[in-house]
Amino acid sequence: MSMSYRFQSAPLALALLLSPTTSFSESFELKGVADGVYAHPGKVALPDSLNHNEIANIGFITGKRCVAVIDTGGNPEEGRALRHAIEKQTSLPVCYVINTHVHGDHVLGNSAFRMPGVHFVGHYRLPENLAARAQHDRDRAARDWEVQLQPEDFVLPDMLVQQTLTLDLGERTLQVQAWPTAHTSTDITILDTQTSTLWLGDLLFMDHLPVVDGNLGGWLQTLSELGKIQAVRAIPGHGPVSAPWPQAMDSELHYLHGLKQSVRHALDRNATLETAMDTAGQDLRDHWQLFDQYHKRNVAAAFAAMEWEDN
Amino acid sequence: MNRRFPDWKSCLQFCAALALMTAAGMALAEETPPETAWQASLKNRFFQDRPITEGSDVIQIKAPYRAEDAALVPLQVVAQFPQSSERSIRSIMVIIDSNPVPWTGTFQFTPLSGRADVAFRARVNAYSWVRAIAETSDGKLYMNKAFVKASGGCSAPLGADLEAAMARLGKMKFKLDGTEAKTGAVNEVQLLISHPNLSGMQMDQITRMVKPAHFVKSVNVSYDGAAVFGATTDIGISADPNFRFNLVPDHQGGELKAEITDNLDQHYSWKQPLNNP
Repeated sequence: MSMSYRFQSAPLALALLLSPTTSFSESFELKGVADGVYAHPGKVALPDSLNHNEIANIGFITGKRCVAVIDTGGNPEEGRALRHAIEKQTSLPVCYVINTHVHGDHVLGNSAFRMPGVHFVGHYRLPENLAARAQHDRDRAARDWEVQLQPEDFVLPDMLVQQTLTLDLGERTLQVQAWPTAHTSTDITILDTQTSTLWLGDLLFMDHLPVVDGNLGGWLQTLSELGKIQAVRAIPGHGPVSAPWPQAMDSELHYLHGLKQSVRHALDRNATLETAMDTAGQDLRDHWQLFDQYHKRNVAAAFAAMEWEDN
Repeated sequence: MNRRFPDWKSCLQFCAALALMTAAGMALAEETPPETAWQASLKNRFFQDRPITEGSDVIQIKAPYRAEDAALVPLQVVAQFPQSSERSIRSIMVIIDSNPVPWTGTFQFTPLSGRADVAFRARVNAYSWVRAIAETSDGKLYMNKAFVKASGGCSAPLGADLEAAMARLGKMKFKLDGTEAKTGAVNEVQLLISHPNLSGMQMDQITRMVKPAHFVKSVNVSYDGAAVFGATTDIGISADPNFRFNLVPDHQGGELKAEITDNLDQHYSWKQPLNNP
């Protein structure tokens, strides 16, 4: 395992020797979610210099002809570890890499799959959004995650999903659907019709507090549409790798509705942004992890957007 | 990755060395950050050799130590005495040392301000000192500062809804705490401006295209023709600028007016009755 890009400083390397590390290559955990559906569980955590941004659920689905990868992880090395895990599982080639949305913890392993015959699939707004974030992500990766990214690590999709797209893996089809601005402006979902497994990316958070980086109202609308999809199980972007559908989204719905109501209430009282950030929705903590890290930011984002909505 | 130690002695040496390094690291982290940019150039650029008294007797700046969102950092400057004919605050300049454009804005106050408070939302591009410098009616300068841990605020990707923001560009509204202003008392007023306030640093790394800067340059608020609050600003102000300031109305009712100009020399204005019906 090459660690060259990771350990920038001797003290850090030394500290890691004494602590349980999160290194993956020797033991990349893979769980069978359904027949031919595999997922690697991301750790519910903030991205940092110890986990190198390896925090999202990623995985793949195998057909009779080829393999579709769904999200590639938070850095190129995690992408390579996923590729090795696929090679251990099957001799079939990868034909599609599907990115559920623009965030780095889901797309920065893409370069591990850049090879002839592999198509990259994403929301029609993914190219411009990936490009717009690239410098920002490179800076953050170097500063906070101990990961050095190169321009070629940002792989843009060559198959864009406007509304829906059907992918054939050989006796197995995946239905890919693009959504209006919700968690981000680049969200797509993947339905494996054979096992009725719905891969949701970060449209579904479990355990990890949902993070609003798109449009809160749009996310709630999207969830009500997603609730109509007949599926047995869902794979969330963060949290357990499998949960019964649609009950899996109950907690997220509760939080997002509560967030919207509490911000609306603050705006109706002409409260300031600072007051809203300190008080709105503090009763929504429940069992969520990372509430202290993300809730205030969600309030700020919702507040700034809703200030200019409907009046 | 577990490492075995050949004997206890080397283990102890190893752990002692590690403990020392950890202690050194923590000491570094807690040290007061240096003010190099201010001392080396900013102080001189904006105030030459004028003396500046540092403290919290005239103004206090309130800023989050760790910003939740670097593109939306709430900053407040609070005056420590009311505006009066004997002593008042003429203006407050806010400087964010580590930003590409450190000068974030200068705010002007009048007797109608009642109290020279100002609050707004800023972009903070790197861990930075944020300082407010007040000039009082006797021409003296007073400074208060706070350290903010945030990064990437100026180059942060644009919000998901730039199209919606452009469609309502120039739209404004006033908000009052409560429905009716109290005559002769200090009332907090919010001015909301819909403007993308593009920093000119939001780059598309693939096409190398940069969205050109497009931001609010000046704001003037008056109450029945009398000046209340003024601001000259730059790209450090967050998208959809929001300014909070005070007004002491000297009569019932009346009308608030805001006039803004952006760097493309586009003018917008907005009038609203002080008391919403």
